Amino acid sequence: MTGILIVLAFTVVIAVLLYYSRGEVPEQEKLVDIIDSLLPQTQCGQCGYPGCKPYADAIVHNHADINQCPPGGRNTIRQLADLLGGEIKPLNPAHGKAGPKRVAFIDEDICIGCVKCIKACPVDAIVGAPEQMHTVITLECTGCELCVAPCPVDCISMLVFVQGGRRVKLGPAMRTSS
Amino acid sequence: MMTRNETVIISSPHLHAVTSINHVMTRVIYALIPGILLSAWFFGSGVLIQSLLAVLFALCAEALMLYLREKPLRLFLFDGSAVVTALLFALCLSPYTPVWVNFTGICFAIIVAKHLYGGIGYNMFNPAMAGYVFVLLCFPVNMTTWPLPAGITDQQATLLQILSIIFTGPSSLENFDSLSGATTLGWTKSQLSGMFMITEIRNSPLFGSFAGKGTEWIAVAWLCGGIWLLIQRIIKWEMPVFFIGTVFLISLLFYWYDSSIYLSPVLTLFTGGIMLATFFIITDPVTASATPRGRIIYVIGIGLLTYIIRTWSAYPDGVAFAVLLMNAVVPLVDNYTRPRVFGEIKHG
Amino acid sequence: MNRELYPFPGGLQIPPHKELSNAKTSLITPLPDSIILPLQQHIGTPAVPLVKTGDKVLKGQIIARADGYVSVPVHASTSGKIIDIGNYTVPDPLGLKAPCIVIEPDGDDVWFEIKPTHDYASIDPKDLQDVIREAGIVGLGGAGFPAHVKLREGTESAVDTLIINAVECEPFISCDDRLIREKPGYIVNGTRMIRHAIQAKYCVIALEADMPEAYAALKELIDDDIDLIQLPVKYPQGGERQLIKVLTGMEVPSGGLPIHMGIVMHNAATAAAAYRAVIRGEPLISRYVTVSGEVNDPRNLQVLLGTPVKHCADQCGYEDKEGQAIILGGPMMGMYVNNMHMPVIKTTNCVLVTSTYNKSPEMPCIRCGQCVDVCPEKLLPQQLFWHAHAKNYDRLREYHLFDCIECGCCSFVCPSNIRLVQYYRKAKRQITQDEQTRSGADHARERFIARNARLAREEQTQNNELLAGSDIGELDKQAFIQAAVERTRAKRAQLGKQENSDDDQE
Repeated sequence: MTGILIVLAFTVVIAVLLYYSRGEVPEQEKLVDIIDSLLPQTQCGQCGYPGCKPYADAIVHNHADINQCPPGGRNTIRQLADLLGGEIKPLNPAHGKAGPKRVAFIDEDICIGCVKCIKACPVDAIVGAPEQMHTVITLECTGCELCVAPCPVDCISMLVFVQGGRRVKLGPAMRTSS
Repeated sequence: MMTRNETVIISSPHLHAVTSINHVMTRVIYALIPGILLSAWFFGSGVLIQSLLAVLFALCAEALMLYLREKPLRLFLFDGSAVVTALLFALCLSPYTPVWVNFTGICFAIIVAKHLYGGIGYNMFNPAMAGYVFVLLCFPVNMTTWPLPAGITDQQATLLQILSIIFTGPSSLENFDSLSGATTLGWTKSQLSGMFMITEIRNSPLFGSFAGKGTEWIAVAWLCGGIWLLIQRIIKWEMPVFFIGTVFLISLLFYWYDSSIYLSPVLTLFTGGIMLATFFIITDPVTASATPRGRIIYVIGIGLLTYIIRTWSAYPDGVAFAVLLMNAVVPLVDNYTRPRVFGEIKHG
Repeated sequence: MNRELYPFPGGLQIPPHKELSNAKTSLITPLPDSIILPLQQHIGTPAVPLVKTGDKVLKGQIIARADGYVSVPVHASTSGKIIDIGNYTVPDPLGLKAPCIVIEPDGDDVWFEIKPTHDYASIDPKDLQDVIREAGIVGLGGAGFPAHVKLREGTESAVDTLIINAVECEPFISCDDRLIREKPGYIVNGTRMIRHAIQAKYCVIALEADMPEAYAALKELIDDDIDLIQLPVKYPQGGERQLIKVLTGMEVPSGGLPIHMGIVMHNAATAAAAYRAVIRGEPLISRYVTVSGEVNDPRNLQVLLGTPVKHCADQCGYEDKEGQAIILGGPMMGMYVNNMHMPVIKTTNCVLVTSTYNKSPEMPCIRCGQCVDVCPEKLLPQQLFWHAHAKNYDRLREYHLFDCIECGCCSFVCPSNIRLVQYYRKAKRQITQDEQTRSGADHARERFIARNARLAREEQTQNNELLAGSDIGELDKQAFIQAAVERTRAKRAQLGKQENSDDDQE
């Protein structure tokens, strides 16, 4: 009898301590923001939603899976799994493959200045005017590839973004994912 | 010009102290030896047989699990941790424990408590204590019948008798009852429930000069081994000191309150498994708290629980239960006792 | 003078092995076949070359200028011809190559014009900083932080104490010990000069008790103006935060700088180099390097910067043997390198040849807590290890990973032989990288939101116009169109007039 009481008392003490040591469970709206902050913000739509925030919203409200973000790759999936307490899953191949960060490059000799890519760019990283040559601001480019399809003359290619220390240089495109 | 083509990256520091898990475990084993020999002196060669069997079973179980888990056998089998577990487990057993009880306990300790949790370093519960509690709950009778210590009776079991008890069970021996008896703590417990006073109980031949007959000297042996470990810096002084301090204080408190039904502090400390636990069980780093303050809370917790279980539960000794209960709390304690970092300013 | 000491937490006693090299007089290393000078030998921006292949340069001539504030120039260590500017192996844990200027010595060792100053006290502290910067002086203790930056911090805020760090706590290294013994005047006067440059109230030179000769040499030259303090030997006492704690009892706040507490610390060799630069006008082109370990004649060398490590080792009877590791720096914090082609740079204090480096396999952590006891930053190396293992970067931050000074005490005592520091380095790198990605992502989000807002605004104005149109009735609409036509006509007419008038003017 005494034994049971002792164990019971012990359990209660531990339960109280555990209760106070648990992390804050964020509200849903806050959670959307937190998830959004973990996403790479390429706004590429490869996840099937029109941007990172809508995907974050879908994860919270529509139970979208956490493995639909190719630009984020394993790292994002891991962080989402940690946050939401789920399993780490491999990237869903239906949404694309993970690879090194790439940036768009406009071949200025071919560009006809149709502004279609400027309209497609979600982060205004392409500058130019109608019938003027366009150029990608490399540092602003998120590598979403949304500008590639609209180009009527196929002058946009995605190049691997090499970041070594402070220097940023462009290497040849590598389509194979690592 | 010399070229080294291998592109190994070796990270600093490049120096390493002369230490390894094996080094630590070997020292723990050395520290146990005087106590084991003294136990064998008082309780017969059964102690040694139990120890040998336990070590044998432990190494087999360890090898099996390492093989199943595809771990490097040579590296892990001889790290000494299985031997330490086996010895500590065997020292908790009565020298008359049948071989299958020993086997079950070791298997539980090594397979369940150690390897199913991830092997050395990952086990949450002290394997030796988990194994001991497991067999204590499964085979309570075998666990509580101890030989009478030398000096009480002239009738000592012969080696043959001991072997027959161990391998075929106590029922195989006709005069088993005359060879066995209760432990000092068990006797005290049953006498107290029979409304006897401590002073009367104290007159039993089971008591020696300051604690249990025989066991008091074994406890002293543990103490010496422990002090040697302290000098060798294998264990940290805080843990034994705070543990003994806790048990001493709480027993002193109750002893002052009513010395007729509560044991004196010295008696409390030198009977049962407290001394063994102080230096060899609660100091197991794997299952103890990892922060300096956490370790102190951990051992104080064990001290309190041990006394509570000893005094008010059905079990004569409570160290094993206390250790396991506190093992379960360790992650929580660790989380609460993160120390202040150098240069960190604590707010609030 | 007796100063109260405040031991820092943790730390270790490691066999010092200084006796191998500290008793012998240093040798001046003969000129090598080629001098390779990396453009970056310091923390900060690499220097920019001022010379081109084929140029003749003189000893002490600036061959690459500082680029930006946290940067220092590079000087030719000897006279000769520039034979290449390109990528060469430099002291780097990953064995990377970096831009270097290569000089072929002409053997004459002719000095460029140098401007000695005989009295530093007559120079304004601010100008003194410029002299020191132009001389390419960086912290010679190991990190290589440009010295003038610390000096400027010193002049900008009130400095209470200047600490000259002569604590050479790493085993084997004795280059500072030797320097002090051979040139105590440089140290003492350098100290006084830096003190003048930053106007420090108090001044302390700290060294460990295992350098009694250096202590005696300094003691002879020191008046009451400088406190000379001998500290009990303990690793890593030479760490900036640790030494400040020992001498003042103050803990530099996590993420803070010593200057915020009125303390400036310089390495003893830095003080000597700065003094030499001011008094003799000689820029930093050579340094003391300890060559120790398994060589036939371990000793200290005075080496011209850019000299290949192999050339130094050869002076001390180095023989290539199987199973030997070459470590640049001390055995606790130095870097393992897999060849000896790289040059000695400003921060190279030791070349250690050893075959007894740690090779044992890693075992699982047994939570023994030894690492916690020895950590001088009072971190929980064990928890850091778990979290680094689990890639739990938020937790690592909570456990102050970035306060780790990578002294290696935790790895040293670990019975499971876990390369803790290696895990921390990796995690730090990953966190920094993640942070860059994160800030890039935040930036992209802002731009995305801004663009969406802009599109929404445009749509809104279009809608408004349409709405405005639909409000008008059918009749009014015609009138509206009529009015618009009128307006256009009027405008055209006006334009026509203007054109006409323009024509008139012509």
